[in-house]
Amino acid sequence: MKKYDAIIIGAGHNGLTNAAYLAKAGLKTLVVEKNDYIGGATVSLNLHEDWIYSNCSYVCSLLRPEVYRSLNLAKYGLQVVPYAGSVTMAENGDYIGHYIDHDVSRREMQRHSLRDADAAVRFDRDIMRQCRYIRKFLLRTAPDPASFRPRDIMEMVYMAKEVLKLTEDVVYDMLRFYTMSISDFLDEYFENPLIKASKAGSGIIGSAMGVMSPGTAYVLLHHKMGDVDGSMGAWGFARGGMGAIAKAMNDCFEEHGGELVTGSGVDRIIVKNGRTVGVALDNGNDYYADVVVSNMTFPRTFLECMDAGDLEPGFLKKVRNFKIRGSSGKINIALDGLPQFTALKDNPELSGGDMHLIDSVERLERAYDDWKNGTWSKDPYVDMLIPTMTDPTMAPPGKHFMSVFVQYVPPKVNGGDWTDELRDQFGETVLTQIEKYAPGFRELIRHVEIRTPRELEDEVGLTSGNIFQGELTMDQLLFNRPIPGYAQYRGPLKGLYMCGSSNHPGGGVMAAPGANAAREILRDLRKPNNVPEGWLDD
Amino acid sequence: MTDKNTVVIIGAGHNGLSCAAYLAKAGRKVMVLEANEQVGGMAVTREFAPGFRVSPVAHLLNMLDQNISNELKLDAHGLKMARKDMGTIALAESGRHLRFSGDQVIGEGVSGEDRQAMVEYHRFMKRFAAVIGGLHNRVPPRIRTSNTDDILGLAKTAWSIRRLGTADMREFLRITGINIYDVLKENFEHPMIQGALSLDGVLGSFLGPRSNNSVFCALHRWSGGGGIGQAVGGMGAVSQAIANAAGSHGAEIRTSSRVSQILVANGRAEGVELDTGEKIMAATVISNADPKTTFFKLLGARHIEAGLVRKIHNFRQGGNASKLHLALAGIPEFTGLDKDQAGDRLVIAPDIEYVERAFNHAKYGEYSAEPVAEITIPSLNDDSLAPDGRHVLSVVVQYTPYQLKAGWPGSKQVFVDKCIDLIARYAPGIREQVLHAELLTPVDIEREFHVSGGHWHHGELALDQFLMMRPVPGMAQYHTPVDGLYLCGAGSHPGGGVMGSAGRNAARALLAGGQRRST
Repeated sequence: MKKYDAIIIGAGHNGLTNAAYLAKAGLKTLVVEKNDYIGGATVSLNLHEDWIYSNCSYVCSLLRPEVYRSLNLAKYGLQVVPYAGSVTMAENGDYIGHYIDHDVSRREMQRHSLRDADAAVRFDRDIMRQCRYIRKFLLRTAPDPASFRPRDIMEMVYMAKEVLKLTEDVVYDMLRFYTMSISDFLDEYFENPLIKASKAGSGIIGSAMGVMSPGTAYVLLHHKMGDVDGSMGAWGFARGGMGAIAKAMNDCFEEHGGELVTGSGVDRIIVKNGRTVGVALDNGNDYYADVVVSNMTFPRTFLECMDAGDLEPGFLKKVRNFKIRGSSGKINIALDGLPQFTALKDNPELSGGDMHLIDSVERLERAYDDWKNGTWSKDPYVDMLIPTMTDPTMAPPGKHFMSVFVQYVPPKVNGGDWTDELRDQFGETVLTQIEKYAPGFRELIRHVEIRTPRELEDEVGLTSGNIFQGELTMDQLLFNRPIPGYAQYRGPLKGLYMCGSSNHPGGGVMAAPGANAAREILRDLRKPNNVPEGWLDD
Repeated sequence: MTDKNTVVIIGAGHNGLSCAAYLAKAGRKVMVLEANEQVGGMAVTREFAPGFRVSPVAHLLNMLDQNISNELKLDAHGLKMARKDMGTIALAESGRHLRFSGDQVIGEGVSGEDRQAMVEYHRFMKRFAAVIGGLHNRVPPRIRTSNTDDILGLAKTAWSIRRLGTADMREFLRITGINIYDVLKENFEHPMIQGALSLDGVLGSFLGPRSNNSVFCALHRWSGGGGIGQAVGGMGAVSQAIANAAGSHGAEIRTSSRVSQILVANGRAEGVELDTGEKIMAATVISNADPKTTFFKLLGARHIEAGLVRKIHNFRQGGNASKLHLALAGIPEFTGLDKDQAGDRLVIAPDIEYVERAFNHAKYGEYSAEPVAEITIPSLNDDSLAPDGRHVLSVVVQYTPYQLKAGWPGSKQVFVDKCIDLIARYAPGIREQVLHAELLTPVDIEREFHVSGGHWHHGELALDQFLMMRPVPGMAQYHTPVDGLYLCGAGSHPGGGVMGSAGRNAARALLAGGQRRST
């Protein structure tokens, strides 16, 4: 029997981050992964000939620069290249482009509305101010407001003090940002429907809410608080696909002596005398360690990998009530050439980043109504990218890889399970939608991989296919994430920790939950902390 | 030189009247100017068909501030309750209704678990609502001030949450910002329980049960503390009692006197002008009108700074609720409902998905294909409202957006028929009993009561439009940037519902003097 200091369940980017810090701290660390490959949803897979697919997550921005630097990910080959532009296309052939050159972007906005071009300055400034506040707390453990421990009180005081550094108006804006719908919020700035639609999508990506539901303005912030090379709100491509991030983390982990076992899932977490002592894998192997860290979703950890008898009924009820409803799908496509979008005839550079097919907030909301009714959106919102425009290493010369993220896709169809037939029908809906904006697109298709919440759950382990490992609503943010009282990365049993996106600060390829959990584990083990806390200076 | 003690209040709504009463009590010379022929604003009772009277907007009294009724001795000024502690009945087409009363729910198919869950739900909602209710009687604190009152206010609020105890505090912080759909699904199984209780979170607002913020709306509604009741003589009697109290302290109330503008000189409000051209000068002007009416119609946007104009412009105040009034030839017979239960609050919200579907239409500027309804038959509890043997049906129907894409003029009659058809599914004979029907859409409410957008609460009751952000940050302490001009309506904290707290708070803010903020 081999004994480790720590075992991490799941080689997603948070699990690997967590493991890398623990290994760096000198712990004998093991990562177990059910798939044959690492990365979880941060992955590059070769699914068709010489094409490499980022088949789950597809772009990078949220990855904390503090983690990037302290794990020295650049040394392990991680390179993030910013977008060359982005665009939102309307059904009538018009579009609104976003260019790298600020002046060009502004002129483009003025083409649609002079007033909105001015409003955009205020909008970007207001968002920036909020992001600068939030990011101070991404690499910190949330305080428990119900606790009287000095540590929690100090942290509450810290939060309050940081609030007081803001001006009064920014504080009110913050309160409003956390509680408003993205649709109402955009109405306060913009008048042009296409401009509103182009910004509204960020408020609902991955979430089971409509653009008109209060709470979606925060989801927009969540997508804006990252950066690429210090440019806040910017997004970029990981060279070699998203798997490059996981690979760099794993290289760091292994260089510090970490061990990795792939190809067998965890059957159960072994509990002895009220504490966790190890994991039993599906293949019959048991591994033991004083510290067991789950990178799995909150419900998967406790409902699927532990005995109900080892947990309190009240706790289990809360686990069951954890909101983790899938709402997204993903289609990955190998293309023979570049699709010709009607709107982009003269502006090929705009296809160097996100391309959205939407022209009104109302269409977005109607897409959500379909989800509520238990079907995928008949007029889906898509966030498409062609990473090979920027990173030619992902496809053979002259060929392209296209990633299509689709909102909304329900975890169950009319109450029933997904079938292969339904999955193909869903794919058909999306391909038809794209064809409308890029006639001839379908003739370029060499291979298509269609992923509904079923595939996201079965292959990656994301419960119900929720890409954030749990919804980003006020009841599940900060000290409420995953549930009140368990927001400090410690499970209900001694020795058990949680490091997945189900924990603060939530989903996206951010690596913050993994890093924060590592800091807490080292604290409990009374080891010197090697995990960055807070944020880097601007 | 105007007498420093003079105050003119624009609008004799119940908040304007309560503000007047407190100021008069404190020795100010108060004059209240009301555009309509009677006092009360949206809290009135008026005839809608010969011999039939109804409270045309709010029809249930559940939030009146107890401090006001005690301090102003409203009982002595004529306020009598016709009915207290009304139960709620969730109507079923089959006649198998559920009855809610306090923390009990009875009816066919209600499981033991649901009954227990109801006791628990009632317990925590009451406690959480008390935290929200604790904020009602205070001038909202400002953030980032060195003012001790503000700091004390914030600390008091934090303490009222902490005092809930660990488990309840956690639950409070978890659910207050989210939607009632999830909370009800977590707690109950019976679809009718979920449907009926979800109405608490959505009535009068632009929210469906799945919209976040709906738990907050429910808590706001529950924050009245007491049960649901009905005053003798309808809602107008409540306003009249407050008016009597104000009058007894010397306030003068002039009806049929419509203010056309607020007079400003040297950046200071110095009085008002009526549409007759008459000018009434006063040291202080208090507006009980909604913020948009106050600033854009009466004051003029030129008197305030552009950033603030934008904020007021962004104040969301499009109404979604309509009122349907039916004059009936007899007591309507609801399938399966005893006569003695018909005086309760009856709701049509058979399940929570039904309510959400009704809301879907509002998002796109349409009225609900199948509306939700809150029905009362006030004449059963108070026979002064209808001729002998005849009855009044007063119904809040939702959703009916202010900005209906098809326009209300062409749609109104169709919608009235739709509503009567809907009610007839639960009370099959009702169509034959209808002598007269009146529908007040938000557009009608806007016209009749001079409220921009026709919103009951003068503006959406939402977390981003509550407390120090109501109506907009910088004006939540009832002062405005124009010296001498104050707000006292439901557009200010703590918002709508017949509470009277906004008026009382405004009076206190004015009397305290205090520091004022120029944005």
